Amino acid sequence: MTARTTVRHETGVGLPWWMWIPATIGFALIALPVFGLLLRADWAAMPSLLLSDSALDALRLSLITAAVSTFLCLLFGGPLAVILARARLEQRPRLLGAIRSIVLLPLVLPPVVGGLALLFLLGRTGLVGRGLDLAFGITVPFSTAAVILAQTFVAMPFLVVSLEGALRTAGERYEAVAATLGASPALAFRRVTVPLVLPGLASGLVLAFARCMGEFGATISFAGSLEGTTRTLPLLVYLQRESDESGAVALSLLLVVVSLVVIVVGRPRGMDGRG
Amino acid sequence: MTQRVSTGRLAGSVAVAAAALMVMAGCGGGSGDSGAQGGAPSGADAAPQTLNVFAAASLKDTFTTIEKQFEQENPGTDVTLTFAGSSDLATQINNGAPADVFASADDNNMKKVTDPGLTAAAPARFATNTLQIAVAPNNPKGITSLAQLADPANKVVVCAPQVPCGSAAQKVEKAAGVDVKPVSEEQDVKSVLSKVTSGNADAGLVYVTDVTAAKDAVQGVSFPDADKAVNNYPIAALKSSKNQELANKWVQAVTGPTGQQTLKAAGFGAP
Repeated sequence: MTARTTVRHETGVGLPWWMWIPATIGFALIALPVFGLLLRADWAAMPSLLLSDSALDALRLSLITAAVSTFLCLLFGGPLAVILARARLEQRPRLLGAIRSIVLLPLVLPPVVGGLALLFLLGRTGLVGRGLDLAFGITVPFSTAAVILAQTFVAMPFLVVSLEGALRTAGERYEAVAATLGASPALAFRRVTVPLVLPGLASGLVLAFARCMGEFGATISFAGSLEGTTRTLPLLVYLQRESDESGAVALSLLLVVVSLVVIVVGRPRGMDGRG
Repeated sequence: MTQRVSTGRLAGSVAVAAAALMVMAGCGGGSGDSGAQGGAPSGADAAPQTLNVFAAASLKDTFTTIEKQFEQENPGTDVTLTFAGSSDLATQINNGAPADVFASADDNNMKKVTDPGLTAAAPARFATNTLQIAVAPNNPKGITSLAQLADPANKVVVCAPQVPCGSAAQKVEKAAGVDVKPVSEEQDVKSVLSKVTSGNADAGLVYVTDVTAAKDAVQGVSFPDADKAVNNYPIAALKSSKNQELANKWVQAVTGPTGQQTLKAAGFGAP
């Protein structure tokens, strides 16, 4: 298996020389601002800035909510992707396309709009929220559950897109073969489909988790901001910036590190370009 | 055969991941900095004199009124107003934003601009503001005192202590000996107000002027210790202004009788 790959990498196809120029600019555009953040950091004060109660509370809250939200993305987004990729609706051929357009909306929608939409649905005067408040005395905004809802809302399309793409690329030939050998749809799904799309699923999960960690707009407009309950790391960075720039820089670097860990450790085979 | 299939599948998932990352990067960048460039001058028409005024968000209604009077009294002048949180504006000015005048909602943020010597003259105080409790119209929860905000049955929203309205809230709580347990500490006073107007919070600590500006959407409840935290509003022309004369004129318009009248009508206190 490595023989062909190696040959392709070593001789390659010749690259036009000018390709390096825009590529370098593109790389610098991403790398330099992060480098600037490193230069701006107050390294001596870093430990005390990062170990403050508010920073630790925010980190803990961010990790927990992002993990729960990613799990919810898998729980609900996974089957959604399978249906979008595989379901046959002979009667309503356009229905799946319409569903897909709506599911992908949070990808392009500004997160703050998503937060407002959630607020108008689940807020205390919202369509569903009013009922929850009157019947059970439950108010969703200002709770950790609201943070998780906001994150799941914005992150789920990332999982759906990745997984649906993987399912479509994999095709259904192996499942068809499995069926001729007597496997039930459930068995074929578990033993054939899932292993085939695992790289796509993994990259989808990593993307969804990263998106949850970085979620800001929907959270601040729907869940509010309170230490230990709803103030995640990005919200704390935005707030610290008002009064304490070096604190904001330290927390930003923490988010950069967390993101790098997610990319490097959690990187699925599909994302490192080699497979 | 297996090899080819698996390569294709991986290429597919890489492409999808890359596309998703691109979208993600695009969305992430847009969420935080809206309005940062909002007040940039057009520069297309060189004939009229333009004046860029950076002002605290709480000055939106009053400065818009003063702008109209100012442009009438100074024909050929085009005033561009940029409203945002004072600390955001101070950061932008310190990073070279093309502002001619800065009006801050507190002394602290004006100090960020005077410290590096960016103002043309010492800032002049032109207004004060105090806190009030904002509740829903007709006050359904019957809130009449600051002490009632400590009752967990009332969902209370305040500003975070890092921003001016939040530090003012802390001061009045301390003076009154009340420990408010908010359900959220918002980034700015307008967010506090919107949590009350949308019915998601029962009460919020906002400025008197925010209650006035919200008209019928909320009701204001005054409390005795409000005068323990008085916010001063300073204004100053900036050194980098290409039109010092016009910048000074704007400062005079705000500190002068007509400007003061407009501010008073909106609920601001005298400087």
